[in-house]
Amino acid sequence: MQFFGGSEISPSPPVPTATGNNAHMMYVFNRNGVCLLYREWNRPLHTLNPQQDHKLMFGLLFSLKSLTAKMDPTNAEKGNLGIPQLPGQGCSFHSFRTNTYKLSFMETPSGIKFILVTNPRTGDLRETLKYIYNLYVEYVAKNPLYTPGTLIRCELFNTALDQYVRSIA
Amino acid sequence: MAAIYSLYIINKSGGLIFYKDYGSKGRMDTNDSLRVASLWHSMHAISQQLSPTNGCSGIELLEADTFDLHCFQSLTGTKYFVVCETGTQHMEALLKVIYELYTDYVLKNPFYEMEMPIRCELFDINLTQAIQKDRVALLGR
Repeated sequence: MQFFGGSEISPSPPVPTATGNNAHMMYVFNRNGVCLLYREWNRPLHTLNPQQDHKLMFGLLFSLKSLTAKMDPTNAEKGNLGIPQLPGQGCSFHSFRTNTYKLSFMETPSGIKFILVTNPRTGDLRETLKYIYNLYVEYVAKNPLYTPGTLIRCELFNTALDQYVRSIA
Repeated sequence: MAAIYSLYIINKSGGLIFYKDYGSKGRMDTNDSLRVASLWHSMHAISQQLSPTNGCSGIELLEADTFDLHCFQSLTGTKYFVVCETGTQHMEALLKVIYELYTDYVLKNPFYEMEMPIRCELFDINLTQAIQKDRVALLGR
């Protein structure tokens, strides 16, 4: 993964893994759990109000990460369950699947979490999330008017994201 | 290298009733396995709340960096999950077999109390057989 250097957006977006409109929603959280961005394309069911929904999602990811870090069968020194860990430390996860959706997850070294919820039959979306991270770097992190830690209100980013997600999904 | 690292069975309230380790590094002690099991129970429930569409029945597969976790929930709410190497095939079939063994050797055991830890010799024996690597491969045919 190319985190640094190279000012261009990664040359070619990854090849679509499925056809049809199958992306449901997307979340971006920063390392403090603030929801920087929430996009919704196709979500018929809302069980909670948006704020609670974001909190629950962050909590789920946080706990699943401590679960996978503790369960990691290839590492003998794991520490206790729930031990604080920096981004990139310990065993993390990249996706989970239920019968109605698939959630793909990526965490950057700066602790920003990208979450994409799609149709359960979607393939591996790790490259897709990396590409979305590139979009974020180009249109949000490099935007002089953007203050880190605040909601993302960059028109270019939203347009590019919508376009890209429609192309993969 | 083992294809399957461990097996957990949790009852409908999230209590661990069966845990077996098949050679993961840094074995978990009893307290840790209990905590992990009840944490999984809650994560499973939360994932249903976050579903974008109706009819979600919880996480079936969790893909971590170094392992896959396959979970099967029976109609009565008992959850069976295996931790295995990434990309291991035929785990759904194995979980169904484990469920069958559970119904045959645990539920039909007159000395077994519902929702309590499983201590049935026949279940252990048959489970060991089912989990042997070649058997798992056979299930795919």
